[in-house]
Amino acid sequence: MTTIQASDTAGPGQAAGTVDTHCPYCSLQCGMRLTGTPVQVRERPDFPVNRGALCGKGQSAAAVLSPAARLATPLVRDGGELRPASWDEALERTVAGLSAAQRSHGRDAAGIFGGGGLTNEKAYLLGKFARVALRTINIDYNGRFCMSSAAAAGRKAFGIDRGLPFPLEDIPHSGCVILVGSNPAETMPPALRYFRELRENGGKLIVVDPRRTRTAELADLHLQPVPGTDLALALGMLHLVIADGHRDEAFIAKRTSGFEQARAAAMAHWPERVEQLTGVPVERLTAAVSLFAEAETGMVLTARGPEQQSKGTDTVGAWINLCLATGKAGRPYSGYGCLTGQGNGQGGREHGQKADQLPGYRSIEDPADRAHVASVWGIDPDDLPRSGVSAYELLDGLGQDGGVRALLLMGSNPVVSAPRAGRVTERLRALDFLAVSDVVLSESAELADVVFPSTQWAEETGTTTNLEGRVILRRKAVDAPEGVRSDLYLLHELAARLGVEKGFPDDPEEVFDELRRASAGGQADYAGISYARVAAEDGVFWPCPDEQHAGTPRLFLDRFATPDGRARFAPVTHRPSAEEPDADYPLYLTTGRVVSQYQSGAQTRRVPELNRAAPGPFVELHPHLAEQLGAADGDLIAVTSRRGRAEAPARVTDSIRQDTVFMPFHWGGAGRANTLTNPALDPTSKMPEFKVCAVRVERAEAAR
Amino acid sequence: MTPTQHTPATPTQHTPATTTQHTTPTPGPRRIAVVGAGMAAARFAERYAALGGRGEVTLYGAEPRAPYNRVLLADVLTGRYDAEALTLQSATAEIRTGTEVTDIDLAARTLTTATDGPAPYDDLVLATGANPVLPPLRGLRAADGELLPGVHSFRTVEECARLAEDARGAERAVVIGGGVLGVSAARALAALGIKVEIVHQAPQLIERHLDVQAGGALRTALAALGVETYPDNRARALRGTDRVTGVELASGYVLETDLVVLACGVRPRTGLAHTAGLPVRRGIEVDDTLACAPGVYAIGDCAEHRSTVHGLAGPAWEQADVLAARLSGADPGARYTGSRPLSRLTAGPVQYAAFGDAGADGPGLDVLRIEDATRGAYKKLVLRGDRIVGGILLGDLTTVGALTRAYQRDEPMPADPLYLLTTQGVAP
Repeated sequence: MTTIQASDTAGPGQAAGTVDTHCPYCSLQCGMRLTGTPVQVRERPDFPVNRGALCGKGQSAAAVLSPAARLATPLVRDGGELRPASWDEALERTVAGLSAAQRSHGRDAAGIFGGGGLTNEKAYLLGKFARVALRTINIDYNGRFCMSSAAAAGRKAFGIDRGLPFPLEDIPHSGCVILVGSNPAETMPPALRYFRELRENGGKLIVVDPRRTRTAELADLHLQPVPGTDLALALGMLHLVIADGHRDEAFIAKRTSGFEQARAAAMAHWPERVEQLTGVPVERLTAAVSLFAEAETGMVLTARGPEQQSKGTDTVGAWINLCLATGKAGRPYSGYGCLTGQGNGQGGREHGQKADQLPGYRSIEDPADRAHVASVWGIDPDDLPRSGVSAYELLDGLGQDGGVRALLLMGSNPVVSAPRAGRVTERLRALDFLAVSDVVLSESAELADVVFPSTQWAEETGTTTNLEGRVILRRKAVDAPEGVRSDLYLLHELAARLGVEKGFPDDPEEVFDELRRASAGGQADYAGISYARVAAEDGVFWPCPDEQHAGTPRLFLDRFATPDGRARFAPVTHRPSAEEPDADYPLYLTTGRVVSQYQSGAQTRRVPELNRAAPGPFVELHPHLAEQLGAADGDLIAVTSRRGRAEAPARVTDSIRQDTVFMPFHWGGAGRANTLTNPALDPTSKMPEFKVCAVRVERAEAAR
Repeated sequence: MTPTQHTPATPTQHTPATTTQHTTPTPGPRRIAVVGAGMAAARFAERYAALGGRGEVTLYGAEPRAPYNRVLLADVLTGRYDAEALTLQSATAEIRTGTEVTDIDLAARTLTTATDGPAPYDDLVLATGANPVLPPLRGLRAADGELLPGVHSFRTVEECARLAEDARGAERAVVIGGGVLGVSAARALAALGIKVEIVHQAPQLIERHLDVQAGGALRTALAALGVETYPDNRARALRGTDRVTGVELASGYVLETDLVVLACGVRPRTGLAHTAGLPVRRGIEVDDTLACAPGVYAIGDCAEHRSTVHGLAGPAWEQADVLAARLSGADPGARYTGSRPLSRLTAGPVQYAAFGDAGADGPGLDVLRIEDATRGAYKKLVLRGDRIVGGILLGDLTTVGALTRAYQRDEPMPADPLYLLTTQGVAP
């Protein structure tokens, strides 16, 4: 076992020498080098994913290490106010809070809400903590709001869920790439070069987005559908593939099943009908099909646009159908992929933070899976809890009969990021006890009874798994301020105080080695991956069942991961969004991101240069709509849905549809986009419908 | 939304001739009989199951095949679609093909088919569709009473298959009727290399949806494909004894031909409903719950709602969706309040979109028009105040998405709505 760690002699915020590590933000997990005193971010050109490139967030990442930005001591609530406290007091209060709830309302009254930014080690240990120390069914995490629809559709179709079945470096070699509801120009700028190179190589780029984003401006063809109609669009494209003889019959016969039902569904979505549903003219639909189907190889990559819908799983399934019908899957430079969002969005969903899963992407309801994990954990399988409810359902039930009464929230800020956030905030306030572990005093932490200051990114070592399924190692480069401890330490201490002395090590490599054993034989098999290999090989792709195995950069080339090796078509059909505009709420609201902020903004809003670039929320609207409202650029706009009202300045642009307004969701307070969003859930993935709801829009002063 | 038990629809304003009483539902799943297995029926069955409906749905179809997409028939003729490929999903519904329902007993809640005795139902959905109208032509029928060989109507896959077979080796064809169906059939036959002539009574093609200029532009576009149009002409008789050889016009002029396609519109199939004593005018009269009597509903081409029979797939599916929402329990209060339908043709290079009252003119109306003869484009927008009353895009449909959405949503138009007819601001 090789331990790779920086010297422990450097002081807070100071790097000892030079450390190669990865960015704290999105799922690209760009390589970066930390050096100097105070620590500075430098290029790391040899890491393949980003080849030295970093976006503004990555370049300024060291700012969050500043003692001024981060929490440096535990806080406890006293007489209504949060005050500094010792770790011992904070831990005792937390154990008392969790135990009291379990004594009065049963084991499941204690709950955990995790995050997709947590390292694999933390995600794993958090899941184990819920099942072994608290023995509660109630654990889920914000990744449910991120990629769960793509995960569900991917598993149905291919038998396995890995964001991308190929490395990013394959993209420039493809013949045609369709980006659906994805805006890497804003969300992951260093990945944009792959799409530029695709075009330089003669490949075609099609972007599907209700907004003409900076990514869409790079495209050969931009399809601008009505929000919530991506499913109809994909079905219409499949229809044209069938009508115009673009099917790959041999591939369909040899490597898929279920085509007949998918074809029947596509027959109900003829081009003129799809035009009416989506607003995309038949001519452009036909052009898109020609570009994609006539290319030798092709990829469809989805992101939150099609996924964060109450029919997200079916929508992704329809795009996968398009790949399967044209033979563009399970072959080099072809396939379906999901551009995962959060830093460890991939790894975070594989190791047990999800209500229905155990490590290694095992099912918590499958007897063999339960037996395997129980044996690694040294417990009786019968003592393992069953599956609990999904993220929004968990939050919605807080403080209610049958719901969670005491919650440990780790690495998530649902007050800003959850749908119908006003309701979620109310539910958090209704808890008997809330403990939050975070790097900063987020809007959610402000509501807590106890706040733990946790080590972050460069202050600790741990692995993440990027959107390619590549396990990478973030290394400690600096010491955290005095008073800050790791989440692993927190779980170790809480478990011990709850009477579980063993099984919660606070050394990340020790946790990872246990994770390897727990995942062995599962779908996301990490058994052969070690810290030493990850460091030596620029990451290792799972599945990697043993140390001699090279890892799996490309999946499905020989067979899909289903029992019979065939990919499955999804027999899906279009239907409206859960809430369509009507006379009272006549417009669509869609939400998204800006390049200089990340997720709920808890980190990035504390970085001055990022705040200068993106100081606050705004409402993007078409000039014709602005004219109707009598609103000019910068005027305060009130956006109202059935769930609440938000205000932000107008940003007038003809890059958006006239029937749609857009708000970025990185901010809390009056401009909080998620005050408005609709928590209608996808029946399979339980993904809330962040991307579509009905709103009314007025000038704020007129609305008062 | 929790799945709830289906509750019977609220009583309608109509008083059917035969009054029925709600009987206590029989134990077991609710039995929903759908008379017809066309597009509306298939859509209803599919949505009913998808919305969690737990009743047993049975589709009774007179045609010998499972529901299929009739809208695409013209492109079966051109060979773009394989006829088998048109099949639609109808979820878990039982489909009785080749089973014509011959009688309904509303009081007993049973129906009888050509082969089977009375079968009980709890809810009855009439989706009987429409029949082609056969024009009063001398010589239309052969001695055996069948259509004269070489003469075809064009409504079902079987008719389409017979026409395709007959078209092989044909050099000339006459299409009687210049509505949407006639124009699609003519263009499809022309795509097979056949010289086609359309005989049309009205002064212009597709007069129901197009204005004079658009009709003229369409005629020009068709001519470029080898389709001649004779508007203001009526067919009087067919020539030929064993097989059709010509079409005689009212003017006395005779068009020699190898084939005749009848495209003179359709008529709602209401015989069964009429006999059962249900309210029938042009179609089966339904209210906003799509009911024509307690527990009896009508959707699609056979239904008349607020004095309108749409005869288009879009409204038929909107009706099917509302009824499925009601009967499945997903939204028992769902109502159908009408459609703002669109007439949309893509026939190879010939394409148009038309909607609303595109021919309207008069005080208080603004008419915007772009004619581009060089590029074969004609575009028109009729406004009253800031609302769209109707519109036509022909030849150049670049803005069709934005325009039809604006019409369907009844969006207010900005001061200068001309952008809806030009390519300004349209994404790359």
